[in-house]
Amino acid sequence: MAAKVGIPRTLFYYVYYPMIETFFKELGVETVTSHKTSRKILDDGVREALADACVPVKVFFGHVQALKGKVDFLFIPRVVCLNGKTIYCPKFLGLPDMIKHSLDGLPEVIDTRIDVRDERFAIWKAFYSIGRRFSNSKTKILVAYLKAKKTLKKYQKLMLEGLTPEEAMLALQHKKQRAPKTGSISLRFAVLGYPYIVHDNYISVNMLDKLKSLGVEVITLEQVPMRWINKAKLKIPKDMFWTFSDRVLKSSYHFFENGGVDGIIHLTAFGCGPDSMVDKYMELKSKEHPQIPFMSITIDEHSGEAGMFTRLEAFVDMVRRKKEAMADA
Amino acid sequence: MRKVTFPHMGHSYIAFKMLMEDMGNEVILPPRPSKKTLDLGVKYAPEFACLPYKILLGTYLETAAKGMDTIVTSGGSGPCRAGHYAHLHQAILRSLGHNVDLVCFESPKKHPIDFYRKIQKLNSARLSIRSVIKAIKRGWHKLKALDHMERLSHKIRPRELKKGTTSKVYRQTQAWLDEARTHEQIAEAEAAGVKAFQDIPQDPNRSVLKVGLVGEIYVLLEPASNLEIEETLGHMGVEVERSMFLTGWTRDNLGKGTEELASAIEAAQPYLPELIGGHGRDTVGHTVLYSKRNFDGVIQIAPFTCIPEIVARTILTKVSKIHNIPVLTFFLDEQTGKAGMVTRLEAFVDLLRRRKQYQALEQAAPT
Ligand code: SF4
Ligand code: SF4
Repeated sequence: MAAKVGIPRTLFYYVYYPMIETFFKELGVETVTSHKTSRKILDDGVREALADACVPVKVFFGHVQALKGKVDFLFIPRVVCLNGKTIYCPKFLGLPDMIKHSLDGLPEVIDTRIDVRDERFAIWKAFYSIGRRFSNSKTKILVAYLKAKKTLKKYQKLMLEGLTPEEAMLALQHKKQRAPKTGSISLRFAVLGYPYIVHDNYISVNMLDKLKSLGVEVITLEQVPMRWINKAKLKIPKDMFWTFSDRVLKSSYHFFENGGVDGIIHLTAFGCGPDSMVDKYMELKSKEHPQIPFMSITIDEHSGEAGMFTRLEAFVDMVRRKKEAMADA
Repeated sequence: MRKVTFPHMGHSYIAFKMLMEDMGNEVILPPRPSKKTLDLGVKYAPEFACLPYKILLGTYLETAAKGMDTIVTSGGSGPCRAGHYAHLHQAILRSLGHNVDLVCFESPKKHPIDFYRKIQKLNSARLSIRSVIKAIKRGWHKLKALDHMERLSHKIRPRELKKGTTSKVYRQTQAWLDEARTHEQIAEAEAAGVKAFQDIPQDPNRSVLKVGLVGEIYVLLEPASNLEIEETLGHMGVEVERSMFLTGWTRDNLGKGTEELASAIEAAQPYLPELIGGHGRDTVGHTVLYSKRNFDGVIQIAPFTCIPEIVARTILTKVSKIHNIPVLTFFLDEQTGKAGMVTRLEAFVDLLRRRKQYQALEQAAPT
């Protein structure tokens, strides 16, 4: 029987899942994901994680519990640095330790460390050490790794073209897409935030769908090409050290300075450390560019749909009025 | 003349003040963080910024009102937020109309030229390099003496006969050191300080508990930010050993590194092998070490939303069980009140006392 590796459907899932899945499949290993975030998953996480942790970490704890007992391995790599420049949030760095030392009865945790600053080919080496658990053939692992990399490229390209992670994953499997958005589109917003917040419909309280229903086309982080981000670089006094934060902030700078959107929303989670800085920089920047309305929304474990919807509606109305007034002038 | 200020972090301002003045700057002394400092910081800082961030912002706003035009502080390259503090502070101050200059020191090991340039920027008296080095050495000497006084206060406070004597003597020794300007004077003040502490009448029969204090550097070092937890514990008959002093931190970051840190990292290895920024790994390591040294308990203090300390706390639950040492954690924010803290401390100290008596009984009982 094939070994089963459990992958929590949160955090890195949205960024790398197709790659991981391909890699394991090539090695004859089955990947099992937890279900989409639900009340139960969140409650389980809230119970086990430290009260002071941020919402996404609590959600992660919930997903891990959902996988417990169903898999032979848990895949929680320690991802430190992938681009040679920025590292991940300290909570990501300590994730395998937090999980191992606070939950009991876990299957074996694959917590391979990945830091490209350590050595050349660090990513390949990390995959090799993961692969060796399941195969003795270096060639086989290499082939799996190369295929995985190719899948990742395709996946990223699909998202760059405007598919959400979920849609892009379906497209990769040649499955049918959901019918594209309804309603007439009249506005474009950039919704900036970490993928595991923006694309987790439960945590984001369905924000993307709601915006669509209000006639707003949404651009997310995945659709911002790296060259825009790199260009925004010099304008910030000091780069953020955290990969996602760096991208979120630079994307916002891009939109503030070059336009292309009617409004910018920063979606952030209660208790997030890095975001307290990111959000303030965005707010300061937005004051320099008052022509693009900016709103920041903080979600927590009790965020209600109704409250969020009212705020969104008010914001969309305001932006629309502003746009019409400008067109009239 | 440059009008400089710097973070108020425990007694270190006494040494920094001398150094900055020796280099020819006017020092706008950072006031001891107060309710007003915090209120100012809270008003203009991001809501979820950590407590030290808010206090520092408040400090800068208070000193800016007195004409301060240059902030001297340290940066760091993460992984935690502290590395961004200074620049965001400056951005916020500017948006409020205070055009302040920022001299933010990064590690001289990694950026030696940058370090040299910044020193020169602050060298208003145009001292020769040799004189600058001498001035730094004097400052370092003073800082070491100040740390020494603080260690003594931790040791003697729980044993004093009359409550409050130690704190009074401690303040007195700080004032002496503040006045000392040369190496000889510093040494003299230090010796006088040691003597003054020894002269405090003590109760030799009191049973004193030993507690290790771990956590985030700012709230550990600045008593105003931790609601004077060390003094409070001392008055409850608890001897505190703090895992961090500024002199130790400086050696770890700028110099060769202390043995303490090396062994803390080693002790943390089985639980938290990764450097997660701030002092999360040290917190875990020191807890293990305190337990090995038979301390009665450990108290962790950290700012609310402090990322590395949250990771550490999550792991400490297990460490506490395996190493059989009680751990109490305080996440501090602007709403934390002293009364609530005292109540929790009393309960914790009570528990430690009963535990200790119980262990003594067990050992005494014939098996
Ligand atoms: S970046 Fe923020 S939300 Fe994400 S894990 Fe870190 S603290 Fe939590
Ligand atoms: S270690 Fe804690 S207090 Fe220090 S910057 Fe990081 S989050 Fe803030």
